[in-house]
Amino acid sequence: MPRTRLYPLEDLEDIPGTKVFTAKASRQAYHLHKFCMSLMKAENREEFKADERAYLDKFKMSEAQKQAVLDRDMMKLIELGGNMYFLVKIASTDGMSALKAVSATSGMSADEYAKMMLEGGRSPEGLRSIRDRN
Amino acid sequence: MARITAGIATSHVPAIGAAIDLGKQEDPYWKPVFEGYEFVKEWAKDHTPDVVILVYNDHASALMLDIVPTFAIGFDDQFLPADEGWGRRPVPTVYNHIDLAAHIAEQLVIDEFDITLINEMDVDHGLTVPLSLVFGQPEEWPCKVIPLAVNVSQFPTPSGERCWKLGEAIRNAVKTFPEDLDVQVWGTGGMSHQLHGSRAGLINEKWDKRFIDLLAHEPEELKYITRLEYLREAGTEGIELIMWLIMRAALGYGVEEKHRFYRVPASNTAVGHVVYETKS
Repeated sequence: MPRTRLYPLEDLEDIPGTKVFTAKASRQAYHLHKFCMSLMKAENREEFKADERAYLDKFKMSEAQKQAVLDRDMMKLIELGGNMYFLVKIASTDGMSALKAVSATSGMSADEYAKMMLEGGRSPEGLRSIRDRN
Repeated sequence: MARITAGIATSHVPAIGAAIDLGKQEDPYWKPVFEGYEFVKEWAKDHTPDVVILVYNDHASALMLDIVPTFAIGFDDQFLPADEGWGRRPVPTVYNHIDLAAHIAEQLVIDEFDITLINEMDVDHGLTVPLSLVFGQPEEWPCKVIPLAVNVSQFPTPSGERCWKLGEAIRNAVKTFPEDLDVQVWGTGGMSHQLHGSRAGLINEKWDKRFIDLLAHEPEELKYITRLEYLREAGTEGIELIMWLIMRAALGYGVEEKHRFYRVPASNTAVGHVVYETKS
């Protein structure tokens, strides 16, 4: 029997500018995320801040993931499988707000993004589906 | 017998917790958010339950890395606020009601919900921000809390329909607990928001308001919203609203809406909040 589904799973990739956090992404980012969760301890945050590279080398992350952490390249980290709930712990370690961390993944400046939120946020119009352009 | 007397839904934005902890409630940015919670703070004084079953999602604080349970019940005697990267929130320890939690866990498995038990974990803003919004800043939380964590982050999440059925099963479980307990069910998270990518900052006020409009008296309309529709319409994190469905289903057929509130923004998120009392 073929399985019936409400929609094809490929549709998860049909949302503009959106990377759905799947089991595979979770696997891809496992060691990056292990690093992020290690920042939940004050002593680890201190160790990381003292020598970021040395601290990152304790984790089995890809070189690209390590470099993106060093660069604080949030957009890249999302591309490499990262999920914001983990990544925001890097921002918190830096004393940066979640608003700024999220804006950094959007391609907008933090000020532009904050202003957009104050004005009611980003409208979903035209951003629901790549295929249907609605 | 134990009975479910009321339900609360609220967003659980971490920045709201920080604003409370840093005494920023009167700031122009935050004041309009906290005004939406003045009703529930007063209401809670006369409606303090014995136990809150608090439906929330963990934000990579205790779960999501090594273990990703779809539905899980916190089963420790007590839970500390998690250190999410800036130290633990200065809020009281959360105390569990183990007998009721054990009863619910057993009943849920009998009802074919294969629930995970967590014998040790910290609880993050998803659980502590709602407690702060409703109970303020007491020395101790005024009731016991059973944490019920739902995976809303790693796809596939449970469907809205499945969450609805879980709420019904929780209702049946509570009703069969022999001790005389006043129980509330809280559903947290939402409303529309997306925390990454070129769609970050997405807010869908029209969709959110329809969700609130239907939740009290026509919730059947909401049961069949697909995961894909949540993502498209309410953003990747807007799917947290499936946890509101668990709360609503646990209250049974008829509810009286005591309060509703909607406000954009708090940080990246549309804030939604309702208070319901059960009729039976």
